[in-house]
Order: sequence, then C-alpha cells, then structure tokens
Amino acid sequence: MKRRTFLKGTVASGMLSVAASAGLLTPRSVLAAWPETAFAAKSIDDALNTLLGSTTLSESGDIKIKAPEIAENGAVVPITVSTGMEAESISVFIAKNPSPLACSFALGGSTQGFVSTRVKMGETSDLIAIVKSGGKLYSAKKTIKVTIGGCGG
Amino acid sequence: MAKKKIRIRAKMKGDVAEVKTLMSHPMETGFRKNKKTGEKIPPHFIKEVICEHKGNKILVASWGVAVSKNPYLSFKFKGAAKGDTITISWNDNKGESATADAKVS
Repeated sequence: MKRRTFLKGTVASGMLSVAASAGLLTPRSVLAAWPETAFAAKSIDDALNTLLGSTTLSESGDIKIKAPEIAENGAVVPITVSTGMEAESISVFIAKNPSPLACSFALGGSTQGFVSTRVKMGETSDLIAIVKSGGKLYSAKKTIKVTIGGCGG
Repeated sequence: MAKKKIRIRAKMKGDVAEVKTLMSHPMETGFRKNKKTGEKIPPHFIKEVICEHKGNKILVASWGVAVSKNPYLSFKFKGAAKGDTITISWNDNKGESATADAKVS
C-alpha cells in the first residue's frame, strides 16, 4: 500500500513537471503538446479551462451535431460536428463520461468546420460540441441515449 | 499480408477535399479487465493525429480514451487539388506511431 502511494506520488509529480516543461500549463496552445490535464479532468469546466482557457460559452445555432438519438452500442457512437463559422478548433465533451473531454481538433486556416468520428459513451449523456472561433467559444449540445455503455468492464 | 494501419480516402468535391481515414488501433481505455486474470488492461490509445498537405498542418486531433476502437475520422479542407498528397500520422501513449499517405482523387 505504502509503496503504491509513493510510486503514484512520484509519477504524478513527474508528469506535472513534464507537463510544465512541455508548456501544457500555458493556455491557448491548442496546436502544442497533447493536453494531458484536460483529458484527465473530471469536470467539463476543468477540462474547458485547461484546454481552451475559459468556461465562457455562447450557445450557437450554427453548430450542428449529427449523432444517433439512441446509440445501440455505446462503444461506437458516430458523431459529426459541423459549423459554418471560421473554426480554429472543435472540441467534443461527453458530460457523463469518467473524463468528459473526448477529443479536440485544431483546424488549419483552410480547413472547414467539420469533423466526423466515433466516440465511446458510458451512459445516456449530453454530447457537447465547442467551437472556438474568433477567440470566442461557442457551444451546442445533443442528448444521446445509450443502451449498452461503451466505457469498459 | 499485414493489416494496413491507416487507410485514407481523399476526394475532391468541388473545391473542397474530403478526407476519410480509418486507423487500426485498440484504443484501450484502461477500464476493461482481463477476464482471465481480473487485472485491468492498461490504457493504449492514440493521442494525436496529424494531417498534412504541402507541409501545412491541416488538422491536429488530440484524442483521449473515449475515441472508439479502430478510429474513424473525416474532415474537409480547401486548397488541395487532384493528385496532391495527404499525409496522416498518429502517435500513441506507448510511444508507437504510424504514418501513411494518399493522393487526392
């Protein structure tokens, strides 16, 4: 027990120092290193703050989430997020997952506001799409019912 | 023949290049248990996917364990033409990586 906590402590502090040196703790570096802290965050707000530097969201009707109303298999839920805005990034959060941040996409200058992928959902939950455009964060959400959870076990 | 790690389909639709890609990867969450030993199967997932075209990063995806096994990804961008090369690479939490390219049709 003692050994495990000791090791956990070392690994945790080790990761933090690596994160700090890799510039992960600086805000607004979407195209920089993999956002470890954001992916580990247990709340949407924490993940938003770490990933995008803010929790201020404006709901937008210009973000479309295409996803099934009911996902038969929570391990493979196909989703498409699209927007007509000039998007710098699109991030997907699944509210009830153990770690809400599922994926984030940094888009190049000539890349359209469109991403399609498949995600795991542990249970019925809101899927929240955040689009960063013009330095501001816009959001849309869709409730997806899950019959068989996809997180594991 | 070895299974291809990254399959890419890139097609021009008007002036937009539509890219669809399928990657072979377990995307293990770390929550599953080995049914025989009862031990947790450690996480093994793609962290980053980078798509490049003419030296430009078209898209950089940051992924966590919530992306499904054998991930599918599709995106669109302007500025490409038929015959151009698209390169897609990924790296995962175990330090493994793969890369593949395809021509836009």
